[in-house]
Amino acid sequence: MADAIATVTPVEGLGMVMIRADLTRAGNAIAEAAGLAVPEMTRITTDGSRSLGWMSPDELLLVLPGPEISEAISALEQALTGEHALIADVSDARAVFDITGPHAGDVIAKLCPADAAALPPDGLRRTRAAQTAAAFWRIENGFRMIGFRSTADYLGLILRNAAIPGSQLAPN
Amino acid sequence: MTYTPPFRLAHGGRLIDRAFQVPFRFDGRHLRGVRGDTLASAMLANGQMLLGRSFKYHRPRGPLASGAEEPNALFGLGQGGRFEPNQRATTTALIPGMVLSSQNCWPSLDADIGAVNNWLSPMFPAGFYYKTFMQPRPFWKHVFEPIIRRSAGLGRAPKDRDPDMYEQAYGFADVVVVGGGIAGLTAAREAAEQGQRVIVLEQNPVWGGRSPVDHRDGEATIDALLADLRGRDNVTLRRNCMATGLYDHGYLLAREALADHDPDRGIPRQRLWRIRAGQIVTATGALERPLSFACNDVPGVMLASAVRDFISDYGVAPGQRIVVVTNNDDAYRTALTASDAGLDVVAIIDARADASGDLPQAARARNIPILLGTGIAKVKGSRHVEGVALCDQSGDGTISGGLDCDVVAMSGGWSPVVHLWSHCGGKLLWDEGQAMFRPDPARPPLGADGRGNVLAVGAANGDLRCAGDLERPEGATMPVWVMPQHAPYKLRAKMWLDFQNDVKVSDVELAAREGYASVEHTKRYTTLGMATDQGKVSNINGLAVLSKALDQPIPATGTTTFRPPYTPLTLATIAADARGEAFQPLRKTPMHGWHEKHGASWEPVGHWRRPYCYPRAGEDRHDAVNREIKAVRGGVGTLDASTLGKIVVKGPDAGRLMDMLYTNMMSNLAIGKCRYGLMCSENGFLMDDGVVARLSEDTWLCHTTTGGADRIHGHMEDWLQCEWWDWQAYTANLTEQYAQIAVAGPKARDLLERLPGSIDLSADAFSFMTWKEGEIAGILARVYRISFSGELSYEIAVPASRGLELWEKLHEVGSDLDITPYGTEAMHVMRAEKGFIMIGDETDGTIIPQDLGLNWAISKKKTDYIGKRAQSRSHMTDRSRWQLVGLESLDGRVLPDGAYAVDEGRNSNGQLKTQGRVTSSYHSPTLNRPIAMALVRHGPDRMGQVLEFPLPSGEVMKARICDPVFFDKEGSRLNG
Amino acid sequence: MLILTCPYCGVQAEETELHPGGEAHLKRVGPEGDDAEFESYLFARRNPKGVHFERWRHAYGCGKWFLAARDTATLQVFGTYSAQTPHPPAEIVAAIRASRPDWQPDWT
Repeated sequence: MADAIATVTPVEGLGMVMIRADLTRAGNAIAEAAGLAVPEMTRITTDGSRSLGWMSPDELLLVLPGPEISEAISALEQALTGEHALIADVSDARAVFDITGPHAGDVIAKLCPADAAALPPDGLRRTRAAQTAAAFWRIENGFRMIGFRSTADYLGLILRNAAIPGSQLAPN
Repeated sequence: MTYTPPFRLAHGGRLIDRAFQVPFRFDGRHLRGVRGDTLASAMLANGQMLLGRSFKYHRPRGPLASGAEEPNALFGLGQGGRFEPNQRATTTALIPGMVLSSQNCWPSLDADIGAVNNWLSPMFPAGFYYKTFMQPRPFWKHVFEPIIRRSAGLGRAPKDRDPDMYEQAYGFADVVVVGGGIAGLTAAREAAEQGQRVIVLEQNPVWGGRSPVDHRDGEATIDALLADLRGRDNVTLRRNCMATGLYDHGYLLAREALADHDPDRGIPRQRLWRIRAGQIVTATGALERPLSFACNDVPGVMLASAVRDFISDYGVAPGQRIVVVTNNDDAYRTALTASDAGLDVVAIIDARADASGDLPQAARARNIPILLGTGIAKVKGSRHVEGVALCDQSGDGTISGGLDCDVVAMSGGWSPVVHLWSHCGGKLLWDEGQAMFRPDPARPPLGADGRGNVLAVGAANGDLRCAGDLERPEGATMPVWVMPQHAPYKLRAKMWLDFQNDVKVSDVELAAREGYASVEHTKRYTTLGMATDQGKVSNINGLAVLSKALDQPIPATGTTTFRPPYTPLTLATIAADARGEAFQPLRKTPMHGWHEKHGASWEPVGHWRRPYCYPRAGEDRHDAVNREIKAVRGGVGTLDASTLGKIVVKGPDAGRLMDMLYTNMMSNLAIGKCRYGLMCSENGFLMDDGVVARLSEDTWLCHTTTGGADRIHGHMEDWLQCEWWDWQAYTANLTEQYAQIAVAGPKARDLLERLPGSIDLSADAFSFMTWKEGEIAGILARVYRISFSGELSYEIAVPASRGLELWEKLHEVGSDLDITPYGTEAMHVMRAEKGFIMIGDETDGTIIPQDLGLNWAISKKKTDYIGKRAQSRSHMTDRSRWQLVGLESLDGRVLPDGAYAVDEGRNSNGQLKTQGRVTSSYHSPTLNRPIAMALVRHGPDRMGQVLEFPLPSGEVMKARICDPVFFDKEGSRLNG
Repeated sequence: MLILTCPYCGVQAEETELHPGGEAHLKRVGPEGDDAEFESYLFARRNPKGVHFERWRHAYGCGKWFLAARDTATLQVFGTYSAQTPHPPAEIVAAIRASRPDWQPDWT
């Protein structure tokens, strides 16, 4: 049996924080508390094990190692004291998969109506994967995709289906 | 004249490899083809010209064409789950071991009983069904329809599950070129040179379109273009990929065949491409038209292009003695090709008075007889062409001579393939000179920017010389719609337009006489163009005949609508990977696996699966539900409530927003407290309900119904973003972040107190409709003292990743309390026992809170909330609106859910008038009798009255109106 | 299948990523409105063949509602713009007029 065209790996143990605030007004405070620059529209900034993704004009997603979550939330809450903001731990609301390998982009192309090839190196695209909401960005040798916890089995299944051996999109 | 071997020529066949024999089976017979054959070429190479039967008259049919337009040579292909009906022999590649079966014949293709319809054909004119099966009316359902159903339909549908995989993919390109012939590849190169991202789609396994056959340097030209394109990074070339349809804003669907020819490779069989193209170039070529002469459907009468394709591409001789009949120069190529292959070209019958172009001259140079101004009066032979009777084209069919032959290669001119151009609104113009509809460049399909986004090139644009020898001028085509021009009825009744559906010139003329002036009506009345080829062969000839019958020019008649797909697409390809487990996302709570292990019987709620109940050995669902309810009312039970929506609303204006979203006052809810709330749509109807908790000064948590979470979150965002955008409030749908467990029953507190924790659960410290945060069993939890069962109840929310752990701990420490997991049905029954409403049962999108006796949950103080204005409309305040009551069945049986209470008299439709409807109905194990809730006119004022509910069986059930709260009216159980 | 560019995130989204919301620029009539006004607000909808303004939510994306100016017959998109506007902005009007010179705004 040939190999799958990409490796699909569930990622456990990530912490995620939803930050809703006026990014113009509170951007600096968020950046300082999160330890990352506030990303431009539809981008994600990464430094080491932390990333900060642009989700909407008033929403960011901080992704970090699970054990750092409480401290990060405290830091954000403190930084945004007096600011109209909403900070929520959404670590348990998410399912995360890494799709890696030379044909990782093909897997995305089979599931998402989004042009992954045109995604900038620091781009973050919110879209759908088949019938479920998802977002993806680039990681080394592929993509990281996040979806919802309740549909983790579905998301894993469609990703593996899209990666079956011999199904790369390049014409043969 | 007989049809004689050799059928495979000694030489030639650019697409085949004679070294590799390919065995296959046709109706049980073992045959052989060679690698590169299509089913059609392999069958012809075996001398099998009879390939099918027509749909209506069961007339013998041979192949007409060599490509996607083939109407006759259709097979059932494959076996078991891989069986597919109506596969076109001309486009299906032969693979070793293939199993083919003929269609629409019984007991066999050679001896088909249905062919009796052919002798009865005068009895089956256009509109036969409409005319015949009208009277007597009752006959339709019991006699006519069953008979028609049995004989209708072409091919049989596969019964087994399709074992193959399918997938889809999204593609993006600046330019998509459809068609890999000379025009398409040239256009692709031009776009690529400008740096555009280009995708080229070719429906066939080989590139080149007609050029390699029709162009003396065709193959070399194509190879050079391909070499150039293959060297470019910005070009993707995809063979076996048929563009099926073009939709709005440059959205193109295409079907790529990946493993059709190698089904056991373990890869998806087909892939549906969903391509977004900035510009679409249609280089889809043209299709040759048949000529309408008598008996033009006899096997051996083929399109001229098909005859030369079989010779050139597959080295197959469709016959040994060929007559070419034409109204144009192009068909002369067939004569030259056949002559080159050593076949006898008996004559070229040319309807035109003059044929002096290069191609006719070349034919003359080979001493091929050319009969000008001549037509075919009739084809001789029934199961195979035996010869033709000739006549003067301008005459009435008086026979002027005859020729023996075994093949008639006909050409009535060419029609550009304008399907994709037309799918999305592109208009056509009638090109009188070439007798064809071609794309009107002034009226193209439009893209999102309002500019034309489709460009037709080459033959698809009416440039017919594109694939041919460009340097050779060709003589003009003469429109010939009927051969001969003044053919009498007897001949016109034998001229086929639609070969598969048996629609003849006379049928279209009859339709016109009967008043079918619209081409769309004529199509449906006669079934012209409704066969599996969707009129590719028949359409233009048919509408030309209709135009003449209506005495109007062809453009005034117009074409029927071109609809996708261009050629049939299997449903499996459209479904792609959305089948089996991946058919639909299944939403699972963190405790899903536990429920599964404990035998949960599932109830779908939106995409969620919730346990309906947990039947034990020997129990049916009803038994299980009753047991679960008794366990909760008598001890303690747990419900997985994780699916309930949990939406946080936060901000300085959150209270204001909450007051607008809910009918009751939420801004004054004290921190730490909970309140049941109702949400209405702007037109007043109750859309969701749930418990709201005030978390902090500026934060509220809204619980929604399971099915409502996403919708209600969207509703909140809608008002916040589009109406009150200056209000400072954020929402967050945190439904999935938490697992939520309802612990209910008189022993709920006993159970929870067994777990270590920081929350004082006593009745005094933790009162009803409040919430507390703290640790339970080492897990940070928020606990709500709320109850949907009427029992002492705590709902515990913990991070989703800890939900299963808590659930298992509860069951561990509660085993001696007979702790029982209960499902949605026990929840439903218990809430009905308490008279609590359920969104979707008591509401149906037309119910306002006031109908349900929920006035207590509607603030009188607020000047506004969403839905308030609507609720003061006259229809909403009408005293005769049906109102919520309880019902007691008089005979102890459970009323059917949804049953109507009838009133006296009948309405204008003669139906019994109604005065109420059952909205929820259950057997209550607690009370050991049936209970029901209903909406009844003036219900609350009619306590004790008896209503009648007629059942479909004719029986009438009776029930007495009562209070909807059946159990524990005082609410004493809430505090345990 | 339409593509619309979300003005909040710049993503060119296809219809399956969007959720339609009907006519744009409706003015809410609250409890103070009379029956006729309220009925008109709730039920009377334009259904023009031609230029139309409508609401869309970038549901599988940034989640924002936005407005689109579109020709309902040709499906030409004149532009998308913020939902926080009582009337189509000048640049949208200009874009419409560029293709439909005879078209007149019906608001003041």
